Amino acid sequence: MLSRLKTMKKTTRSNLITFGIVIVFYLVVQILSGAGLTTRSFEGQLVPICAYVVLAISLNLTVGFLGELSLGHAGFMSVGAFSGVLLWTLVGDSLPAFVAIPLAFIVGGIVAGIFGVIVGVPVLRLSGDYLAIVTLAFGEIIKNIINALYLGVDENGVHFSLTDANSMGLSADGETLINGAMGITGIKKASTFTIGFVLILITLIVILNLINSRTGRAIMAIRDNEIAAQSVGINLTRFKLTAFVVSAVFAGFAGVLYGLNYSSLVASRFDYNTSIQILVFVVLGGIGSIRGSIIAAALLTVLPEVLRGLQDYRMLIYAIVLIVVMIFNQSPQIIAWRKRIIGRFSSKKGEPEKKEVA
Amino acid sequence: MQFLSYLISGISLGSVYALIALGYTMVYGIAKMLNFAHGDIIMIGSYVIFFAFGGFGWNPILSVVVSMVVCTILGTVIERVAYRPLREAPSLAVLITAIGVSYLLQQVAQLMWSPDPKSFQSIVAGAGLKPLELFGGKLTISAEAIVTIIACVVIMVALTAFVNHTVPGHAMLAVSEDRGAAQLMGVNVNATIALTFAIGSALAAVAGALLCSSYPTLSPTTGAMPGIKAFVAAVFGGIGSIPGAFLGGVLLGVIENLSKAYISTQLSDAIVFLVLIVVLVVKPTGLLGKKINVKV
Amino acid sequence: MALLEVSNLGIAFGGLQAVSQLDMTIEKGHLYGLIGPNGAGKTTVFNMLTGVYRPTEGNIVLDGQDITGKTPEAISKAGIARTFQNIRLFDEMSVLDNVKVGMHNQVQYGLWTGILRLPAYREKEHEMNRKAHALLKIFDLDGEANLKASQLPYGKQRKLEIARALATNPKLLLLDEPAAGMNPNETAELMNTVRSVRDQFGIAILLIEHDMNFVMGICEEITVLDYGRVIAHGDGKSIRNNPKVIAAYLGGD
Repeated sequence: MLSRLKTMKKTTRSNLITFGIVIVFYLVVQILSGAGLTTRSFEGQLVPICAYVVLAISLNLTVGFLGELSLGHAGFMSVGAFSGVLLWTLVGDSLPAFVAIPLAFIVGGIVAGIFGVIVGVPVLRLSGDYLAIVTLAFGEIIKNIINALYLGVDENGVHFSLTDANSMGLSADGETLINGAMGITGIKKASTFTIGFVLILITLIVILNLINSRTGRAIMAIRDNEIAAQSVGINLTRFKLTAFVVSAVFAGFAGVLYGLNYSSLVASRFDYNTSIQILVFVVLGGIGSIRGSIIAAALLTVLPEVLRGLQDYRMLIYAIVLIVVMIFNQSPQIIAWRKRIIGRFSSKKGEPEKKEVA
Repeated sequence: MQFLSYLISGISLGSVYALIALGYTMVYGIAKMLNFAHGDIIMIGSYVIFFAFGGFGWNPILSVVVSMVVCTILGTVIERVAYRPLREAPSLAVLITAIGVSYLLQQVAQLMWSPDPKSFQSIVAGAGLKPLELFGGKLTISAEAIVTIIACVVIMVALTAFVNHTVPGHAMLAVSEDRGAAQLMGVNVNATIALTFAIGSALAAVAGALLCSSYPTLSPTTGAMPGIKAFVAAVFGGIGSIPGAFLGGVLLGVIENLSKAYISTQLSDAIVFLVLIVVLVVKPTGLLGKKINVKV
Repeated sequence: MALLEVSNLGIAFGGLQAVSQLDMTIEKGHLYGLIGPNGAGKTTVFNMLTGVYRPTEGNIVLDGQDITGKTPEAISKAGIARTFQNIRLFDEMSVLDNVKVGMHNQVQYGLWTGILRLPAYREKEHEMNRKAHALLKIFDLDGEANLKASQLPYGKQRKLEIARALATNPKLLLLDEPAAGMNPNETAELMNTVRSVRDQFGIAILLIEHDMNFVMGICEEITVLDYGRVIAHGDGKSIRNNPKVIAAYLGGD
């Protein structure tokens, strides 16, 4: 087994290690929790950890592999959460859970994917700073609209309004589903650590397979050099959109997982700060490193909980992480300096640094 | 008459956006980076005025000057410490760093001055200026609005003159045109970019004073939204263009105020952002910007 | 019928006429040189042929198909591949993957085949790997297949760009200053490689090059551009002795 692991292709081995880390983490937590060794606050963090891991992996597809900065990832999470949870509140009582829960995820993912197309088509005509600011704008628009959205049903059908609950014109025995800024309330909690774990596995399989395929190579080629990618016959729009939409779909899945973990859901939870938080996971874990995203998302979610004193400084630490990691990894002078230091301590002189391509 | 009143307060809000947008547009034009932290410098500047004028009771003009000095130093330090090491790095790295700096300023402000909003005392009223009543009291224009609009126009004219008629101004134009060539011609690129940050930050202090005088709640996130909207304004008008920043800022302020008044308060931000998206998709160079060609 | 027929091709940027009235015919399997002083418009011609720029006048016909003003993507599919003067590789991807990206439209399978690892995935990837390694071998790059493209030394990067272009299975290959920055030994080696690529793949090659020994040594036909216009056309010998060409290079009238 171990010897087979050694002869395997580097990327395959690296992917297996990633899966291994996730599975071991799941098993260890299950054993500890079975033995009564975990605290309630830690257990409460398990589903959010899974959601953030999925979000970080999916954002990494956009940032690390497509090479574009999206500042509106929370928007896709939001539409996924609202549509998935809405479906759950509608059919959760009538359908068995093993049908209703997957259905909620599918609906959340599809709706987020549709938004991915709507947002992606105009956004992907831009690049760089402009693309980033427009994703931010879309994220804010989504938040503002859901915040102002009132939705209800009565015997006459579905009613909605963007001003207030009364203007929906709901009859007396009608039911309000989304109540503006108050969002959805009275949700029957459905998310579990195991569901989160399965979602992470599915995310990993899909995204890693995607990256190591013809589509993934086209996406990375666009990232590295658009003009050269076009010159070998790659359709830029199509592959940029593919990456962007897949990224949105998984953000939607994560949103459903997150939404089904609480009794109420409000749009303001998915704001610009949340988008940045996900970005911090990606940056700290290493742009383009899926395994790094997983570890960073898990650690940064758990740490402030474990070290209670740090709670107030959480966002401050995020900010410093962003700046320091960027300067350390990207400044030409610091890269040169690091190479000198490594060169001094490395025993094999003159050998060029050989980095694995994941 | 009511429309006129909305329009005037929109122009006033837009003038604040224009002042902030100037900082964005100059930095973007010259350093080719989106300084996300620009809005948060406004917030820091406003806190300085809050304490100097509201707390210590200093003269309003002196308070603004002190705030300008603090912001100038802050802006230059940020440029030196966080942005300069990344001058040759990919734009993604620079943008992420700038987001980090924006967060850092917000969080430091939160830890130092608490997240609770503070009630800001208008420096315009503090200077003894009174609202202007027209048409026998049917239309009242606040002193803040008048001062803001005048300040914005004066600064715009002064800045245009500075860029077009002084040696450092010419250096700025040269660096924005072609950094490498400017360097070869003996322009000190680092100093020019630092100067750009200094000017932008000083203007941010003025913008903060005027913004908080008109909208008197001050919190660590006060600068974030106006900052982003001002960037929208800068893009709207055409990034890198001083008159463009003015035009974009005023238009955006008017659009925001009118949609608040006639469409929906909750959706006014969404409308502003929709404007951004439409502008960027239809005419990414903005109203007064110029086209950039990529060399193959 | 010739492989490529360019007639009356021209482009203006704003008021500046960069190229005008260019006629050029490239036969199948020919080695064709495009030379001229700096700024003569050679790379602009490449950019028009590959769809980066849209010509303002004239026609480009490849193998009977009008490709004037088509997108780079469509032109790649039609059968023109190119390298770039300032090397454009996929820096963060492996040498092998650079070539596999070149096969994007040659060996195809869909998104879901990749994600679900359907049987076709294994088969097509295997085919790509085999072909890519064969191409890398021609350029003596198969030993570095798993390095990042950016880790290759300069000369090998130029070769990798040619290998990637060949992976698109072109009818016509455009090389933009392939010998730039190479020493005389490397240049001589590259001449052999270019010749053998032509023989092995049976394709036509159009190249821009400043190294006159290189151009005269391998090109069967040469067109000389100056200020965007053709000033001479013929074989190496006639070009070498053409007074207009000598004048253009010496900067005289």
